[in-house]
Amino acid sequence: MLGFGADLLWADMNRLLAFLFHQGVLDEQFLQLQQLQDEASPNFVSEVLNIYFHESEKLLTNLRGLLMERDYKKMGVHLNQFMGSSSSIGAKRVTNVCVAFRAATLQTNRAGCLRALEMLEHEYCYLKNKLHQLFQIEQQRALVAGVRYPVQNQNQ
Amino acid sequence: MDTNGVVSFDVSPEDSHEVHVLAVDDSLVDRKVIERLLKISACKVTAVDSGIRALQFLGLDEQRRASESDSFVPSLKVDLIITDYCMPEMTGYELLKKIKESTTFREIPVVIMSSENILPRIDRCLEEGAEDFIVKPVKLSDVKRLKGYMTPREVRERSQERTSVEGSGGGVEINNKRKLEEQEISDVSSSPPSISTLSSSPSDSSPSPSPSSSPTSSPSVLASPIRRLKMSSSTTD
Repeated sequence: MLGFGADLLWADMNRLLAFLFHQGVLDEQFLQLQQLQDEASPNFVSEVLNIYFHESEKLLTNLRGLLMERDYKKMGVHLNQFMGSSSSIGAKRVTNVCVAFRAATLQTNRAGCLRALEMLEHEYCYLKNKLHQLFQIEQQRALVAGVRYPVQNQNQ
Repeated sequence: MDTNGVVSFDVSPEDSHEVHVLAVDDSLVDRKVIERLLKISACKVTAVDSGIRALQFLGLDEQRRASESDSFVPSLKVDLIITDYCMPEMTGYELLKKIKESTTFREIPVVIMSSENILPRIDRCLEEGAEDFIVKPVKLSDVKRLKGYMTPREVRERSQERTSVEGSGGGVEINNKRKLEEQEISDVSSSPPSISTLSSSPSDSSPSPSPSSSPTSSPSVLASPIRRLKMSSSTTD
């Protein structure tokens, strides 16, 4: 029964991943990250993503402040950074919003920047929530799969 | 995992068969990724967060005079330098120039990474002596291609044992700067014959299918689709 649960969770995880790919939230670079995780580096994906979340939140806070100050040049620099790290983890939609946002800064289009910032915050939050969901399923699956073996031995 | 420092490096004793790469990137996320990509490809990695730190590691920083630099030997020999282009204070291009100006280090292949596929930028880097230019995000296939630029004999022999070639053979050179191919280079495919003869000829002792270039720089010069394009057609635009 527990084994069955692990399989269901595995299916849930894949379904979520497929959904995120289909929606363009993630791209194949995310798969590349997963391929870099192995026994030698078993928590690689979560480590990188935690760094990404930490950096991104700082960037977003800074961007809001810079927009208030109308410092478009510095905003561009921050956006380059945000764009780079987002594309490195496969966060496609966030990357695309950064590109549009950067274009608005080059035009010193304040209204456009404000809209882009809101969209960026929205996309980032959505991404973070979905990735946390993914991790939760993965953790549950690992837990359930781990419990399975002692129970099987007892039944023998 | 190195969280508070800006440099992470392997302290294992020097193994002459393992390739040592110096990775330079101001983004922590990218450093982590490139580090893992390189390690999983059996490379030793030293990752630094700026061009200045890279030069310090090599012993080329301003505190040292040229004569001192010549006698300075970094604790680990560097076989390849891979650097991001856009960095504060010193860009990857500026770092490239400094390395190529140094008599001690100019032979080390330098690869530039950038999230932007800007042709003039790529040209400038290649003209300054960059071995290759990778458009980010960096993938495992990019790193595998890079291994061909490094310490010839050991890597050739090792890649012969490891079937890591994945059908690339002479075709790997054609896949250089893959993103550029998507843009405009259509006559790259007309050049394969010259590439495959180049990659098969330099092998002396090891008849390796690996596309790694010989110690001289000319095969990789011709192998670069950018250079081929410039030599074969006089105009692009």
